[in-house]
Amino acid sequence: MTTGPDRTAPLFWLLFAAGGTASAMLLPAMVFITGIAVPAGWVSENDLVTLFRNPLTRIALVGLVFLFMFHWAHRFRYALVDLGLVRVGKQAWLFYGTALAGTMLAGLAALHL
Amino acid sequence: MTKELTRPLPRTWWLRKAPYFQFMIRELTSLVVFAYALVLIWGLWSAAGTGAFSGLHDFLSSPLSVWLHAVALVLALYHTGTWIALTPKVIVLWRDDEQVDPDFIAGVNAILFLVLSGALLWLVLA
Amino acid sequence: MDVTDPTVLEVFRYLPDAETEPRFQRYEITPQETWVVLDALNHIKAEVDPSLSFRWSCRMGICGSCGMMVNGEPKLTCETFIRDYETETITIEPLTHFPVIRDLVINMADFMEKLPTVSPWLIPEEGKPIEEGEYLQTPAQVAQYQRFSLCINCMLCYSACPVYGLDSSFTGPAALALAERYNIDSRDDGMRQRADVVTAHEGIWECTYVGECTQVCPKGVDPAGAIQMLKLSYALDWARSVILPKGHRS
Repeated sequence: MTTGPDRTAPLFWLLFAAGGTASAMLLPAMVFITGIAVPAGWVSENDLVTLFRNPLTRIALVGLVFLFMFHWAHRFRYALVDLGLVRVGKQAWLFYGTALAGTMLAGLAALHL
Repeated sequence: MTKELTRPLPRTWWLRKAPYFQFMIRELTSLVVFAYALVLIWGLWSAAGTGAFSGLHDFLSSPLSVWLHAVALVLALYHTGTWIALTPKVIVLWRDDEQVDPDFIAGVNAILFLVLSGALLWLVLA
Repeated sequence: MDVTDPTVLEVFRYLPDAETEPRFQRYEITPQETWVVLDALNHIKAEVDPSLSFRWSCRMGICGSCGMMVNGEPKLTCETFIRDYETETITIEPLTHFPVIRDLVINMADFMEKLPTVSPWLIPEEGKPIEEGEYLQTPAQVAQYQRFSLCINCMLCYSACPVYGLDSSFTGPAALALAERYNIDSRDDGMRQRADVVTAHEGIWECTYVGECTQVCPKGVDPAGAIQMLKLSYALDWARSVILPKGHRS
């Protein structure tokens, strides 16, 4: 009756959970920084450059892009299913592929310095 | 065997009851997470090579950006709140024959959120 | 007995032998203070309209037969008091997400077929002959799974679940909660065996944690919680199998 164990689902669920935790814990503060602290002048353009050029920050940010992207991919894919717009199982690669592309884009940028 | 009646679920099912609507908003906060990942990628590319940062900085200083961030902040906090509330459902701990109070689990996660947010803000703003 | 104000019941009718389309039939009744919706339906059938069909049995919230939609919410009609409704009209429909056979009677075959597929029985690693006595459990061990054992198969959770409403191949809350009930029973070793059905895509992974199943459950089973626990257990099991393939029994 069912289609047998789904061998990739656990991976994407774990990534979704990790990304969800990372974004739950850190996203509000990050949004505050770029959304309010920067326009208010509490963080200058120089501060931003220093931040984004720091090697540790770069590694951390690539990690966050990876987690945020895979959290979105999994959750948004199922949101579209629940909205009746996508059939379960179809086009999953579209979302995870985008997440992978985004991660690679971030990684390339981080290495580019 | 006479004909059975099927009643398909309309696509607007999530608009019909408050809990269903809140669920859908919660799921759609993932778009904010995605959008912010794009901002981070933008920042990383701006810092790479010649570091044309003024583009990103100008955008972040614009009223449009402030408004978008304000909406994003509300949705991000909604994601945080709903996520913390769900942690006790996944982290189920027992001491002898009593379950560790789910509110305690959620409380620990809430404190973790405050500590991590505070640490990040202090790191960047101080 | 106190007699309350007249109430109107708008009851879903579907009579496939005579009519092709469903309709609502209006019954005006004067319920007693103590009446539940089931009492009103039985009154209608006995005194007003014998043609109305509906399921019920124990009338005390334990058999799970009398589930119906009352003002759009899945309820056990034997536990739903008419006096709790402020509206002049109470709408009664068959449980959603199930095909309707007639009036308020739904076809529950899909659920009945799914239930045994999660192997809802103890699967000990090694059987014990009767002479060796019972499988013993401490109160702490019983407490771990007790909540998930309270399911009365009333299917209100399937009516509340939009995932099931959109895709009837979803295994569903009650069946999956029962799998967890056995997985975490100290006498059971069947987690891997249940994986075939539970970790199929139509199993736990299709659940998006809407959580309404838990809200409507009349016995406090918390199927949503059970499913999240299953996701974590099987995901960690998968991770272990990837990191330590040799140390992992399959």
